[in-house]
Amino acid sequence: MAPKPKIAFFDFAGCEGDQLQVANLEEKLLDLLEHVELVNFREVMTEASDDYDIAFVEGSITRPEDEVRLKEIRSKAKLVIALGACAAIGGVNCMKNFMDDMEVREIVYGDMARAYPTYAARPAKAVVHVDAEIPGCPIDGKEFLRVTKELLLGKPPTLPDYPVCVECKAAGNICRYEQGKLCLGIITRGGCGACCVSEGSHCWGCRGLAPDANLDAARYVMEDQAGFSRIQVQDLMRMYLGYTNAPL
Amino acid sequence: MSAKKATAKTKKAAPKAAPVMGKRVEVKHISRVEGHGNIVVEIDAKNKVKACRWEVPEAPRFFEAMILGKSYTQIHQIVSRICGICSIGHQLCSIQATEDAMGIMVSDQTVRLRKLALHGENLQSHLLHVAYLALPDLMGVGSVIPLAQTHKKELLTLIGLHRMANEFSRATTGRTTHPQRLVPGGFTKVPTEAELRDMKKMLEDSIPGLEAASDLFASVVDKLPNFTRETEYVGLVSPAEYAMYWGEVGSTMDQARPAIYYKDITNEYMVPQSTAKWTKNKGESLMVGALARFNLNHKRLSPLAKGIARKLGLKAPCHNPYYNNLAQLVECAHSVEDSIRLIDEMLNSGIKSETEPKITPRAGKGVGAVEVPRGILFHAYEYDDRGRILNADCVIPTNQNHANIQKDFEALVPTLVDEDEATIELKTSMLVRAYDPCISCSTHFVDMTSAREERRLVKFVRVDD
Repeated sequence: MAPKPKIAFFDFAGCEGDQLQVANLEEKLLDLLEHVELVNFREVMTEASDDYDIAFVEGSITRPEDEVRLKEIRSKAKLVIALGACAAIGGVNCMKNFMDDMEVREIVYGDMARAYPTYAARPAKAVVHVDAEIPGCPIDGKEFLRVTKELLLGKPPTLPDYPVCVECKAAGNICRYEQGKLCLGIITRGGCGACCVSEGSHCWGCRGLAPDANLDAARYVMEDQAGFSRIQVQDLMRMYLGYTNAPL
Repeated sequence: MSAKKATAKTKKAAPKAAPVMGKRVEVKHISRVEGHGNIVVEIDAKNKVKACRWEVPEAPRFFEAMILGKSYTQIHQIVSRICGICSIGHQLCSIQATEDAMGIMVSDQTVRLRKLALHGENLQSHLLHVAYLALPDLMGVGSVIPLAQTHKKELLTLIGLHRMANEFSRATTGRTTHPQRLVPGGFTKVPTEAELRDMKKMLEDSIPGLEAASDLFASVVDKLPNFTRETEYVGLVSPAEYAMYWGEVGSTMDQARPAIYYKDITNEYMVPQSTAKWTKNKGESLMVGALARFNLNHKRLSPLAKGIARKLGLKAPCHNPYYNNLAQLVECAHSVEDSIRLIDEMLNSGIKSETEPKITPRAGKGVGAVEVPRGILFHAYEYDDRGRILNADCVIPTNQNHANIQKDFEALVPTLVDEDEATIELKTSMLVRAYDPCISCSTHFVDMTSAREERRLVKFVRVDD
């Protein structure tokens, strides 16, 4: 029997919610472990090894020293997979990219600000080549299992290329714009089953832009048609989409 | 300035300690905790402790700056991302602060549902910690994975409990991590009566599993080091209940005060031998979390929880920080039983569907204080009249525990000088793990790591007015 592929988890600036989603797979995680060898998962195990095939990377890159660490991981792994919104698209950490760097540091660390190196937050792919992404804040456990299975089978994993609206309609939700609410489902990549809208909220855009998202049309819908102010639209667009080409 | 001096000292000390028969334990990025933390212990040839330090090289994330200018409608969703494990607690604390600032009153149903949400999170976080993170130490393994071979039945029981906790959270808040139903003023969606009955059944069915888990822990309780150090225990207190969602800030050494005085309780000071800032109130350091709550509020635990405390040999006041793991298990039982009580109350009074509450923003300041799995959490906001944040301060439990971990180290390490390095490493790691630190939350708890990754003393710097 061929040796099991070795998989490892690493985290950068993030809340570790995506690794938690993996831990939350419960018995399914034990099933997965029949097919892979977990060699590095600091959040749940003490043993650690630098010998791995697939590296799952969580969190965004916010300091020069993190870049060094990520490049080292890249050099050791056959495949690097960005896990969650922070690693895949930069995520909430990019909100600070719209503020003055020194001011951000001073607000939090006062006169010690200079001691805390940070730069504009960025996704993993801005630093190294990333082989696949599992988006979301947090990731969906089922999608993690599907993508991992595809990787193990040597297939390039694909993500849905349609917007959240498709799944939202299928879920039977009333369009948030019909209710006079702002929603990013119109431009956000599907695959989450519109989970936030179905819970009475609206889409926050955590899975990043859908590949063919029409941002001009989205701006027309949000501002001209639905009447939301520039700042309301900006607040929502900057929460997750801070590291995109979207006009924010 | 003095950070530089300290670095120079450390660098000189390291090569000196090594050649003679001294011991050096360095755990870089301690495992089975959330976030990155390091332990450094140096003992010289004469068994004198030269250094014992708890350090944190986590990347700072600047949440208090990021939420400035943002709307009250979005804040609780942004701060939820401070922590994946206690995202419900951060949301509830944030919502409390917003509601306090804007004078928003909520319904009894909302309060009960929020208490359920908090119980759900307490259960999932505690079970994750005691079963997946702490138990391997007691079983002499490096992770929970080998237990699938040696203790399959017990492991499946624990996994079943953890899954129940996740499903319970999902049924209450819409998601297990970063939930969507909680908003200032109430809920966007509430569980149906049928869902409440299902939740109740799920909780009742989990009781034998909890009993089995406590039997398992009772059988290995002697593996927890017998170490005690008296300290100040801080947590919410209430005459009405085992306080989790609201109450005054109580202490085993001080009078209880409303949450608005949180800065007077978590006040910081400078230590002469380092530039690190620490928190303390009346004692030399303070502890928050399950053990602190147990010490303050044990009389108000549910009967099942009291029984499990007896079975585990946990008695208040308990000054053994390692027993925090036991207090977590006791709290799991309390959360299950109290949730059943809350569900019964809601079934009796009938569940009303809620629509997202209408709020007219107004200028004001507000403080939220909620007990999250790792201890008391404070969020304080100031809003302008459009409902946008002018000032924000978040004080996270792991920060409050930092000085206490260090003081425990200072008392513990001298008792370990005769042990081998592996034992010192295990016992200090277990101590840190007992606190269940959540370092990725600790926005103010980072060391002064330079670009060249030199070792520095831990910094604890927070926003001041």
